Amino acid sequence: MRRLSEVVIETVDLGYTYMKGTPMARQALHGVNVAIRRGELVAIIGRTGSGKSTLIQHFNGLLRPDEGQIKVMGQDIWSKGVSLRDVRRRVGLVFQYPEHQLFEETVEADISFAPRSMGMTQVQVEEAVREAMRIVNLDYDSLRSRSPFDLSGGQKRRVAIAGVLAMGPEVLVLDEPTAGMDPRGREEVLQEVADLHEKHGYTVVLVSHSMEDVARYAQRLIVMDRGTVVMEGPPHEVFRHRDTLIGIGLGVPQVTDLVHELRGMGHPLPEDVVTLEQAMEVLVPLLAGWPNGHGQGKGQRHGHGCGHGEGQSQGQGQAQGSWDGERV
Amino acid sequence: MKVPSVVIGQYIPGDSLLHRLDPRTKILLALAMVVALFTVESPWSYLMLAVLVAAAVLSSRVPVKMVLRGLRPIAFILILTFVLHLFMDPGEELFTIWRLRATHEGLRIGLLTVVRLTLLIMATSLVTLTTSPIVFTDGLERLLNPLRIVGVPAHELAMMMTIALRFIPTLLEETDKIMKAQMARGADFESGGLVNRAKSMIPILVPLFVSAFRRADELAVAMEARCYRGGQGRTRLRQLRFGPADAVVAAATIVYLAAAVVVR
Repeated sequence: MRRLSEVVIETVDLGYTYMKGTPMARQALHGVNVAIRRGELVAIIGRTGSGKSTLIQHFNGLLRPDEGQIKVMGQDIWSKGVSLRDVRRRVGLVFQYPEHQLFEETVEADISFAPRSMGMTQVQVEEAVREAMRIVNLDYDSLRSRSPFDLSGGQKRRVAIAGVLAMGPEVLVLDEPTAGMDPRGREEVLQEVADLHEKHGYTVVLVSHSMEDVARYAQRLIVMDRGTVVMEGPPHEVFRHRDTLIGIGLGVPQVTDLVHELRGMGHPLPEDVVTLEQAMEVLVPLLAGWPNGHGQGKGQRHGHGCGHGEGQSQGQGQAQGSWDGERV
Repeated sequence: MKVPSVVIGQYIPGDSLLHRLDPRTKILLALAMVVALFTVESPWSYLMLAVLVAAAVLSSRVPVKMVLRGLRPIAFILILTFVLHLFMDPGEELFTIWRLRATHEGLRIGLLTVVRLTLLIMATSLVTLTTSPIVFTDGLERLLNPLRIVGVPAHELAMMMTIALRFIPTLLEETDKIMKAQMARGADFESGGLVNRAKSMIPILVPLFVSAFRRADELAVAMEARCYRGGQGRTRLRQLRFGPADAVVAAATIVYLAAAVVVR
């Protein structure tokens, strides 16, 4: 497996105030200590205004902290002699609605903006663009000379994400990559994000509002409220604190809620169900046992479905393989 | 690089008499002041007008610094005017530097011109300092209304101003976002020569225009959806009222200005 120990991004007592020194000053972050390790997929959750976006803008030096430090690969990025451009290359940041940043005449030209700015040679740039487009499932040959403004919403967003990937970052930070997309588009983009992490070895930081999405894809959650980190841990642990999460304007995945209710009614179910697949795994046997249930057979078939889903969420690929095999 | 946080229209909220006056009163009185400034000649008249402006500034409780800030853009013009008058006007010799002959008359006219321009700027900026942009455009619309007969699109002009003012902060925010997104892609807006810097603006300007057009389109649809069809028959949430205070202030000011004009 990958080394999970090396810390790639670390904040030490980070604090930031907007419009500092004016009557409109507003403290957005205070005392934030987080560490992102190489190879993990971390999600940052919190309601609007909790400081998520402000925090991630510190990760690549777009904002300069008022208090504390931000370290990338162990080095304080605001100390002397550190090239911010290099930091920004290593930590790729994809903003919300990234398609709003598109400006070039062709898809290829737009995606090559970042690698060109980073000083790559022509050959390297072309290779980087091809690779980035391949990762986000865009066909290089048919799309390269199209105008990015003529593409569909989903394609535009992919072009924008490719525009960050093309500079070859080690860490990819995405601020609500699925905002404003339809269910199918969401699913596709999320799957690509998961692939970035699984297949391509990126360290991924995902900012999200959807408890379902983070439960399914993230290995670790960082929960923010009012400018500080209030909770941290794997999804099944974080979602155990249902009341706290509701108290800060978040919640838990719907299935977690459902299982919670059922437990309250006296059913012996595990506490840490966070994904639909896990829920099916425990609920189908339960329902199958009920008097007017649809019998054993159907339950088993759903059971396989669970295996498929779990394979996705934990990314082992094995369960998925066997399921596909059965289908063929 | 940061997008400066601009205070639009330099309005300073407050509750002074000047703040509460109808915008039409303030605009018209400022206009009367301008007319008076350009008709008077005697130093006594200037003194009276200066006293009036000073009283207005003090009563508005707007920091004097803010009022004087309006002078900054024309400081150069003021100095130039003074120097030209001083050396170019014919008259009794005051002193001579090299071949330039300063005159008593030049000094007097130069000083008065500077005072005139200073008072002009102070009086007019006091209007915008004590009137919120929305109320100001409202007042302007009502004042221009009679000119509709000769084809001045009063309502449309005012609506344009209102929309422009409303969207300046939005577009600044948008600019900030786009700049950050491009900086995350390695864009550099600070180094390089003039040509390079101008070129580096393209990645900001293109998305900014795209989003401005999109917003304009959305706003137009939203306005039509709410049955906007120009100014005809439109009622207002906030009615402008020409009250007793307006009448008293207007009358007093007009009398005072008339006195200042006739005094020798």
